[in-house]
Formats: sequence, structure tokens, C-alpha cells
Amino acid sequence: MRIMSKPESGTAADTATDTAADTGGARNEPAVRMDDVAVRFRSRKRDVTALRDVAMDVAMGEFVAIVGPSGCGKSTLLKLVAGLLKPSSGTVRLRGERVGGPRHDIGYVFQRAALLEWRSARKNILLQAEMRRMPAEQARRRTAELIEMTGLRGFEDALPHELSGGMQQRVALCRALLHEPPVLLMDEPFGALDALTREQLNVEMNRIWRETGTTVLLVTHSIAEAAYLANRVVVMTDRPGTIAEVIDVDLPPERDYAATMARPEFARVTNRIRTLLGAGAAAD
Amino acid sequence: MVSQGTKPAAPAPDAPAVVERDRPGAGERVRDALESAWRPLALLVACFAAWWAVTAADLVEDYLVPSPGATFSLLGDKWGYIWHHTWITTYETLLGFAIAVAVGVFAAVIMVYSLTVERTLYPILLFAQVIPKIAIAPLFVVWLGFGIGPKIVVAVLIAFFPVVISMVAGLKAVDPEMIELSATMGAGPWATFVKIRLPASLPHLFSGLKVAVTLAVTGAVVGEFVGANEGLGYVILQANGNLDTPMLFAGLLVMSAIGVVLFVLVEAAEKLLLPWHASRRGGAVTTTY
Repeated sequence: MRIMSKPESGTAADTATDTAADTGGARNEPAVRMDDVAVRFRSRKRDVTALRDVAMDVAMGEFVAIVGPSGCGKSTLLKLVAGLLKPSSGTVRLRGERVGGPRHDIGYVFQRAALLEWRSARKNILLQAEMRRMPAEQARRRTAELIEMTGLRGFEDALPHELSGGMQQRVALCRALLHEPPVLLMDEPFGALDALTREQLNVEMNRIWRETGTTVLLVTHSIAEAAYLANRVVVMTDRPGTIAEVIDVDLPPERDYAATMARPEFARVTNRIRTLLGAGAAAD
Repeated sequence: MVSQGTKPAAPAPDAPAVVERDRPGAGERVRDALESAWRPLALLVACFAAWWAVTAADLVEDYLVPSPGATFSLLGDKWGYIWHHTWITTYETLLGFAIAVAVGVFAAVIMVYSLTVERTLYPILLFAQVIPKIAIAPLFVVWLGFGIGPKIVVAVLIAFFPVVISMVAGLKAVDPEMIELSATMGAGPWATFVKIRLPASLPHLFSGLKVAVTLAVTGAVVGEFVGANEGLGYVILQANGNLDTPMLFAGLLVMSAIGVVLFVLVEAAEKLLLPWHASRRGGAVTTTY
């Protein structure tokens, strides 16, 4: 199955493409392209096929959400893009380049914030700069911007254990965005948060995506989160994970939370996802 | 609800996110210290009182259990003699401990980074650990003579194991996602080790160091038992030979004092180096993280 991304006009994805392309991507290449990708894990007892027949393109500046039942290989998909995992067959390309090892032109956010507990919020964000040997002045300025953008001001010097889960995840997000990556990979980043914090971070995520113009791949369990944030939603089947359907979300890039929820298009998308995932998975 | 442009995000509903840490005044600190210290102190006093009661009531002969008074007056009278030997034992302990830490940390690092090394070294480590140190101590005297050598070797052997075990556990306890993240940041193995793995392993290491430092005292004294003309082990053997129980008790007291002081020093170093960890685990005496 191949789903070409549509070069639709007038969306934020398009204007965002320009900024993303400026950071080094080839203009006409998709941000991510997967061809016939399969992943098999070999264990002593049996072989497990985690992913099969996965083909997809993600255009620069797009926001793609990936939903599916637990254990369907959603996280595996992100690791393939990051180069943390090699496909058993097929190819994965990131910005036109075949992925052969860990990629540095991405930002990664996990479900757990994965912060270094001996470093303050600011220094956790700056870890990205230290590892990349970014110029100190540039790193400092960018950190200040991100702290402002994510509402972390006043919490810069707090240690992770002094921060709430939502604040910790904001720090992780800043760290992932520090080097202005053309592609941001998020693996259930808001899954461990309470409903209210999650909604708030969704609203912020929408704004951050519009402001940075970065391409986002978001793995999520939440159907509402997927429909609210994404241009397209990739729905996956149970193991072995394959792509069941890709749903275009025809909503404006700037999305008011409550108003978006009330739109017929939102209802259409969420209902379609629910149908694809089956009634049992619709609890979320 | 969606804010426009580059306006900063609204304050989070989950604020206040920073836990207010109370900074107690001096008086409050003293009261806190007294409050946490009075129970162990009371127990210690009770032990000494029981010791005194047993000797004062003449329940046992003086040459078997000397009175606390006799013991402490001896400590005062012969302070020069005891101090000299205390210093020797402390020196052996510290040197043995330092070598054990250096070798142990190094061994742990190469074991964690190479499965082959781990599989090769681990059985030997275990073997070295299960051999009773007191049984091989005479061998070291034969090899190294009556000097400081055998004491240090025994102290190293006995203190080494908890260092390796805790450091291996610490290095392995690193969040695997943190390592993956580090790879996407383009960090080399050295940067990952120095900035992520090593600091993350320190809380584990320190719980091992606390065990190791008390064991190092034992090691040094065992080394002195099997052949020495200096140190507290020698003092105790001499006193034992002369049925000088006050001196024997004095030696034991000083020996325990060395262990306690070194333990407290390691704990202080931990608080100084890992304030983030100490503030996290609260008031527990020891920790396995």
C-alpha cells in the first residue's frame, strides 16, 4: 500500500515545509519514505513479525499520527526512522537518505521524559547541545526561546523530580527541539499524563508544530489526540503490524481545542479510526 | 484557547510544579538533628550502662570484662601508644579502600562494556570473594613479609567485591531510552559514558562504597592478625596474650570508631557529590537506590 502525501495548498504544512527545507532537507524529497518495510524479531522460541508491508511517505512539514492496538509495532516504526533499529527487509529513507544507523537530524520524545535527574531542566535541554557541540551562544538563545514557548519559565533551575509529569515532558520536548530538527519523532509523549494536562499539551503541541514547521510523527493511543493534531492519521492493524488505512484530516492547521472537537470532520475522522480499530479499542 | 503567534504558553494547570523546599533556620536544624539522633544515642548510652552495671555488680571477673571506667582511663593513659597503632590501621584501611575502589570501578566498567570480559572475569571474581580472606592471609605474609603489604592486599580483596557489584549494577541500571536518545544526538561512547552512564551509576556505587569502607577496616585488621608488629590488630593480639582485657576492649572501641568515622565520611561525600540523589531518597540511612 502506498499513500502519497498530497501537496495541498494553503495548509500550514506547506508554509512549514519552507522552514523545514531550509534546515537542510532536499526540497522535493519526502521527510520520510518507507518501502515494503518488514521487521522480524528472532527469539529462541519463535520468530515474531512486528511489522509487515509498511509503505508510506510523509511530506516535509506534515503532522502524521500513528494509531493502532498495543504491540502493533508503532514504536518500532519510529525506531526505524531514527535508525535505532534496522528493518529486516525493505528500505527506510529520511529526507532522501537511506537510514543506515542512528540519525542525528531528528528529535525524539519518549513516553517517559527520560531526563537526567542530576541536571536542572535547563541543563537537561542543553544536553542536546553538549552532545552535538553546538556553539554555546546559539544553544543558550535557543534554550531561552524554547523555555518561553513551552511555558517552562520559572522552572529552568528545578531538578526533574521537583517537576510534575507535564513539566518533565515539556523539558523533554524542548530537548528534542533544541537543534531545530527537520523531523520530530514522538512515541506516546503524553500517554502518562492526566487528561487535563494532556489536553493542554495537545494545544501547545499544535502551536509548536505551526511555529517550528517541523515534520512530526506521533505515535499515540488516543484517537482524539491523533485527530486533533494530525494532517493524516495512519491506522495500523494488530500484530503483525500493517497499515490498515491512512485518513486525511481536513481541518485547518490552527485548531481551537473545543471547536475542533465539535466539527463534523473531527467526528468523521475519530469514528473512522474507531471502526478500523474495532469497538474494543475505542475506549480511549 | 489556541494562542496566536509566539505568545508564551499559559501557566500550566499542573503548577505549582516546583516542590517548595523548606530551608530551616539554625535553631530548627539543631532541633531536627537532636530529634533524629536521640534514639541511637540513647541506645548507645544504654549499652554502656549495661556494660557498667554488669561490671559494677561483679557479675563477671574483672580480667574477663573490664569496667568501662578502667577501659576509658587506659585509653587516656596510653593514648600515645594507641594513637600510633590507630594511625597505622587507618592508613592501611584507606590505602586498601582506595585501591579497591580504583580496581573495582575499572573492572566494573570493562565488564559492562564487554560481555566477553564479564563472562571471563565474573567466575574469578566470585572465586576471590568466596575464599575466606583469613585463610589466605598467612600466604600473603609469606609472600610479602611483615610490612604493610599483606594488610593492604587483604583489605583490597575484602573491599573490592561490593565495589564491583554495585558499580556494575549502577552502570546497567541506566535508562535504555537515555542511551538511544544519546545515539540520536550523535554522542560518541565517551560522551555517553561521562555525561550519562557514569553519573547515573554513582548512587549505586556509593551504597557499595559504604559497605566496602567498613569491610576494609576488617581486612586491614585481619592482615595484622596473621603477622604484624604494628596496628590495632597487633595491639589486640598483644593484649590478648597478656590477658590485658582493658587494652583489648580499648582496641576494639577504637577499631569500631574508625569504621564509623569512615562510613560517615563516605556518606558525607555522597551528600556533597550527589545532592540530587540525597534530596530524593529522604532520611533513610542506607540505600540500594
